[in-house]
Amino acid sequence: MGIELMTDQLLRVENLHARYGESKVLHGLSFSVDRGEVVTLLGRNGAGKTSTLRALMGILPTRDGSILFDGKEIIGLPSNRIARLGMGYVPEERGIFGSLTVAENLVLPPVVRSGAMSLDEIYTLFPNIKERSKSRGTHLSGGEQQMLAMARILRTGAHFLLLDEPTEGLAPIIVHAIADVIKALKARGATILLVEQNFRFASTVADRHYVVEDGRIIDQLANDEIKMNPEKIESYLGIEVEHRRKEASHG
Amino acid sequence: MGEIFGMPVQVLMGQLAIGLINGSFYALLSLGLAIIFGLLNVINFAHGAQYMLGAFVAWMLLHYLGIGYWPALLLAPLIVGAIGILMERFMIRKLYHVDHVYGLLLTFGIALILQGLFLNMFGVSGQRYPTPDALRGMVDLGFMFLPIYRGWVIVASLAVCLLTWFIIEKTKLGAYLRAATENPELVRAFGINVPVLITLTYGAGVALAAFAGVMAAPVYQVSPIMGAEIIIVVFAVVVIGGMGSLLGAIVAGFGLGLVEGLTRVFYPEASSVVIFLVMAIVLLLKPSGLFGQAR
Repeated sequence: MGIELMTDQLLRVENLHARYGESKVLHGLSFSVDRGEVVTLLGRNGAGKTSTLRALMGILPTRDGSILFDGKEIIGLPSNRIARLGMGYVPEERGIFGSLTVAENLVLPPVVRSGAMSLDEIYTLFPNIKERSKSRGTHLSGGEQQMLAMARILRTGAHFLLLDEPTEGLAPIIVHAIADVIKALKARGATILLVEQNFRFASTVADRHYVVEDGRIIDQLANDEIKMNPEKIESYLGIEVEHRRKEASHG
Repeated sequence: MGEIFGMPVQVLMGQLAIGLINGSFYALLSLGLAIIFGLLNVINFAHGAQYMLGAFVAWMLLHYLGIGYWPALLLAPLIVGAIGILMERFMIRKLYHVDHVYGLLLTFGIALILQGLFLNMFGVSGQRYPTPDALRGMVDLGFMFLPIYRGWVIVASLAVCLLTWFIIEKTKLGAYLRAATENPELVRAFGINVPVLITLTYGAGVALAAFAGVMAAPVYQVSPIMGAEIIIVVFAVVVIGGMGSLLGAIVAGFGLGLVEGLTRVFYPEASSVVIFLVMAIVLLLKPSGLFGQAR
């Protein structure tokens, strides 16, 4: 004990830098995710959470540093190659295609690994998707679109899931359903990196949390800490400030 | 024989048939343009030149190699499509990150160069391309005699248009294409090699133009300026149908061919401008085109 490294890291990010055109969005992030873990990136709007996911996925092409995924350096790979290694991405805007039916959306991403969920399993987990399989993807409700976006990735067999704010703008009952899905996936052995602003939701599903600010990781919290000491995370997220700003903009 | 609106039926039907034949070419060409525009966001001004190239490749195959119409119908689109793939790979691709206007200017330049090259080699006057033996002669439709080859043009164009539509709307490959048209970044993040998809799509659009060119060779003369003549009308057709709308391209292609034919019967003086008149009206009333969605 102690000498041997006991962790089994699926993802190890070191000194990750990335830019959108001229503006730098990530300034040397370092963090890691173990196999089978659910880890969240918490932080304010514009802190660099979404950019981190996009950089991991290879969508942000100008990136620097090191991303070890499943023991393989992927910093120089295009996103289509990264996807084939088993990284699945559910974007914040859900990315449901309006010119495709629900069924076409579901089977669009190619299966990249064995052990993928079968359509039957997916329909059991997400019964609504089967009922609406002939509808246009964008005719679904927000919650159904989120479910479809997740189901779509599960069918590919990706074993590392990047979920960008899956609960954003959804009703509490749907948020509960999504929490259940994430727990079910974890139970199946999936590893999940979750971006969230809703830390209460995050604390119901995650093992650990990283706090992102200005394109860097500024703190790391175990889930117990967040539950025992919510003020700390509230101050990180600037929830008070955010709240007042929202009120001001609505008023 | 009877009359319709004071016109002999034969005259009316004859013009409608000509309208449908022109419409076949409009539909094939605007369909290729629509596919290319949808995925690449490039207005392919070289489309007319690629159509001309299709006709010339068929003509060269016949005159230099003795390869006839039927093989040319397959070979010319493959050859010209391959040229298109090289164009996309080495030139057009470099312009995706800048304004659409640059892609338009590049393809316009390529069109002028190709046209100039062929004008230099073959002059303005057209080369004759014989109708294939199997499609010579006339067929009696009861109300008119239709040259068999022209009937073939209508049927084959319609079939190719419907096949293309089917591939894009109903197959997995088409689903990739539609999805990549909406959000190429995300489709790529799902593991699809989108740059290759784009290259092949451009090649397919160009091959459609070349196919139209081979079909046109026995009807019109094979001439360096044949593309420049038709492409302006085809752009009007695309605008009327709705930029990027495949169904719009097909329907507007055949429909405007008919409108042109009818105008030739009732008010011949307007027949060459009627499509542009329709375009102006459509643009005023529904700027995104009859089948288009605002984008």
